[in-house]
Parts: sequence; structure tokens; C-alpha cells
Amino acid sequence: MIRFASVFKEYPRTGLALSDVSFTVQKGEFVFLTGPSGAGKSTILKLIYLDEFPSKGDVWIAGARSRQVKRREVPLLRRKLGVVFQDFRLLDDRTVEANVGFALEVTGVPRDRIPPKVSRLLTQVGLASKATAYPRELSGGEQQRVAIARALVNDPMVLVADEPTGNLDERATRSVFQLLRDINALGTAVIMATHDLDVVRRADLRVLEINRGQVAFDSADDSRAGTRDAS
Amino acid sequence: MRLALREVALGMRRAPLLGMLSVTTIAFSLFAFGLFSLVALNIREALRAVESQVEIRAFVADSTSVDDVGRAMEDVATYREVERVEYVSPDQALERARQDLGEFKDVFDSAFLPGSIDIRLRDGFRDPATVKSVADRLRAFPIIEDVRYGEEWVSKLHRIRTVATVAGVTLGLAFAAVAVIVIGATIRMAVLARGPEISIMRMVGATDSFIRRPFLIDGFLKGIAGGLLALLLTWLASVLITRTFIQTEFFDATLAASGVVGGALIGLLGSAFSVNRHLRLVR
Ligand SMILES: Nc1ncnc2c1ncn2[C@@H]1O[C@H](COP(=O)(O)OP(=O)(O)OP(=O)(O)O)[C@@H](O)[C@H]1O
Ligand SMILES: [Mg+2]
Repeated sequence: MIRFASVFKEYPRTGLALSDVSFTVQKGEFVFLTGPSGAGKSTILKLIYLDEFPSKGDVWIAGARSRQVKRREVPLLRRKLGVVFQDFRLLDDRTVEANVGFALEVTGVPRDRIPPKVSRLLTQVGLASKATAYPRELSGGEQQRVAIARALVNDPMVLVADEPTGNLDERATRSVFQLLRDINALGTAVIMATHDLDVVRRADLRVLEINRGQVAFDSADDSRAGTRDAS
Repeated sequence: MRLALREVALGMRRAPLLGMLSVTTIAFSLFAFGLFSLVALNIREALRAVESQVEIRAFVADSTSVDDVGRAMEDVATYREVERVEYVSPDQALERARQDLGEFKDVFDSAFLPGSIDIRLRDGFRDPATVKSVADRLRAFPIIEDVRYGEEWVSKLHRIRTVATVAGVTLGLAFAAVAVIVIGATIRMAVLARGPEISIMRMVGATDSFIRRPFLIDGFLKGIAGGLLALLLTWLASVLITRTFIQTEFFDATLAASGVVGGALIGLLGSAFSVNRHLRLVR
């Protein structure tokens, strides 16, 4: 479903951010992306949601090959993905339901189909009671749930989360993580970059460790899994 | 569409002055076009009136025989520019002069007036160049001594019309360029103000044309407003001219409508011109 094939990514001023990265994410998988700051985790996620393109190698997303994707096809591919960030990125001047509805509106969903879908999504993330609140009236964890609801509007096949719990305390972290697992259980693949090794350790899920722009460790890769277990 | 209109309304509230400036510069651009088109239009009307009277008068040499005059007239009548050929004998010329000059008629009692061949040209062949070419051909006849036509003022009117057209087009284009620049600045502000929104739209998969649409609609509406304003200004100007100078004709419905369409085009193209460039500022 998502495949990196010998991907290199070079930025104009900072140089090589990824070198020879290869991995595959299957349908419905949950993958942690870990590694030190500056390792290239966000870069990998940007390549997945087509905000960046490889300098060399190929990224395959839902059957589309990055080097063949035309500019005007990017929006349509993005509708197959959901994206969540550390800083939520909600619109402050709109209510919770308007924030979620906005994503439906701008992707051309008919007006009458929007309210039922919004309330379904808010129920799914446990925020039905806060539909008419503004983002500043919510806790960080709640705001991230709104962002997750928004990421789910297009029924994505994969949810891409860049440190979704980076701004949250431990309780909020746990509940947001649980929400991501619930979403994953319904069949959506989740790729989550995180620094929170507690969360990673407690959950028995696939870990892809990035270091200096390379895959240092992949728990799905049997040949290297052993070294990790020993450490 | 509704979303786009809502964005337009929001933009108007966010930067009303800049929005009004866009409308005003578009209006001035079209007003300049309009004013000079008005001049050109009215001169054209005047020319039509004048040109319908244009006659070429070819004076016949004194001792010419009637046969020679007849042959020359037959020849001239075959020119495709010519509508009518008429001979005015010296006696008729005298009679005409007396009528025209009223109380001075006695002066002509003993005066000599030459006979002439008067020629009217067909509609569509009354512009200065054609008139001159016919006159030149007439001069070539040995029996013709002199050819007269209203050359000075016909060509003067034509020249005024040309000047009005050139001035109108130049000024109009200058204002149109200013309008495009102002629209660009408006869009830049709007894009930056809506930066977070635009990046979210991109993130959730809104198409570029969807993101662009409100800006284009905004420019289009401002263009229409500018066009209507220009029409109003031009109309006021024509009323003012009619009151203080001379009777002026106003544009017919088609011309008036094309002014508004022109405004819409300036607004739309101005927006299209800068929206892509500015949208690239937002990731
Ligand atoms: N837009 C950019 N332009 C230039 N260089 C960039 C850009 N984004 C990232 N980089 C560089 O690429 C490298 C990897 O950055 P990236 O953001 O992928 O790391 P990360 O693993 O997400 O780090 P963190 O854990 O701190 O978020 C860094 O050296 C960074 O300087
Ligand atoms: Mg990062």
C-alpha cells in the first residue's frame, strides 16, 4: 500500500535528509516511526502525503508512483490519506464542527451530507458534546481529537501522524493513542512518528527506527529484529 | 460556490479599502476608455453627417465645349466611388451664389463664375483618402482647371478621432495595469490572511482550482462593480457635455454591456494573473 524503494531526499540548503530508505507498510498496519531529532521522520511522512517528492528512488502510495504523479493529481491522492500534526492546526475562528465540516466542504462533499458525517466523526472521537465549542475552549487532547476527526473525513486508508502526542500530557497522550488504535482496529493503517518511547514500548506494534536519514531498525524485518530485542 | 461567496464577503470585510481601490482603478480604466470612446463615437456621428454632404466640385475650363463636358461626366460616372454626377453651368452657379449670399447678390451681377461638375460619392467612399484619390483623378482631365472639396475639416475630424482613440486606449491601458497591480496586492493580503486555511485545504485534498476559485470570483465581482461605476461616470460626463457644450450621443446597450464585460475581464484576468504566484507563498 505504501512502499519506499531506495528513497533519497536532499533539501536545497540542509543537504541529504534521507538516504536509501526502503520499507513497506501493509493495509491496516500500525507503524511507529522513531529516532532522534533530525533523523528524517517528518521527511518520510511528508513524502507519504506528497508534500515533498524524493530526489532519487520511488515512493508508492495506493498504486501511484511518486515520479509519475502530476501536480493536479496530488489533491485526489491526499484524500486517501489523513494527516495529523503535533500542533493540531485547527482554525481558531471556527467551532469544532465547522473545523471538521470545512474539510468535507472543500473536498466537494454535497452540503446535505456534511452534518451527519461530522456528527458521526465527532462521536467516533468522543467529542459529540463539544461540537459547538471553539478550539481555544478545548484541552490539547481534545483539540487533537478534533484534528483526528478532520483527518478521517475522507475515510482514508492510512492516517499519517507526526508526533500527535508531542504537546500532550501523559493522560491525554494515552487517550489519543488509544483513539488511534481504535481507528486502526477499524482497518485504517496508522503511521505515527513519535519521541514517546514509553508508548512505543508498551504497545506491541511495528517500529521503524530512523537514524541519520536511514532505516536503523525495522521490527518487521526478521533479520534485524533480534538485535533490537537484545538491547 | 456558496463557500466561495462567503470567502468573498469575508475578504471585503477584511480589507474594504483595498477592495474599493481595486473597484475604483478598474472603473477609472474603463472610464478613460469610455470617455474617449464617447468622443470618438460622437465624432463619428458628426463625420457621418458631414461626409453625407461631401461633394467634389471640379471647375471646368472656360472655353470647354458641351460635348467635352458630357464625355468627361460619362467617364466620371463609371467610377465605382461615384454616386451622382451633375453639371452646374456658369449661370446656375451665379444663381446659386446669389441665393447663398442674399444681400450681396448685386456684387455678382457682372462677376464671372466658372461652370463645374459636381460629384457625390457613394456611402463608404467618403473618407479623406478616397475623396482625395477621386479628386486627383479629376485633376488629370485636361478640361478641369481646379478641384475643390472639404478636405481640411474632414481630415481634421478624422485626426481628432484618431487622437481620441489613441489617448483613450493608452490611458485606459495604463489604468488597467494599475488595476491589475492593485488586485495583485489585494490577493496577496487575502492569501496571507487566509494562510492557515489554505494550508489546511491543501492538506485535506482541496484541488488548486477550488482554492483559487474565491479569488477569481472576487476579482470578477469587483470588475463588474468597476464596470458599472465607469458606465455611470461616463453617462454623467455625457450629460454634462450635452448641457454645457453640444448634444452628445451615449453608448447603445451593446457598447455599455461590453464596458461591464471589460471590467469583469480586467478583474478576472488580474486575479488569475497573480493568484497562482501568491498561493505558492503558502504551504
Ligand atoms: N523544509 C526543509 N528544508 C530544508 N531542510 C529540511 C526541511 N525539512 C527538514 N529538513 C532537514 O532534514 C533533516 C530531517 O528533518 P526531519 O524534520 O525529517 O527530522 P525529524 O526526524 O522529523 O526530527 P524531529 O524529531 O525533530 O521532528 C533535518 O536535518 C532538517 O534540517
Ligand atoms: Mg519531525
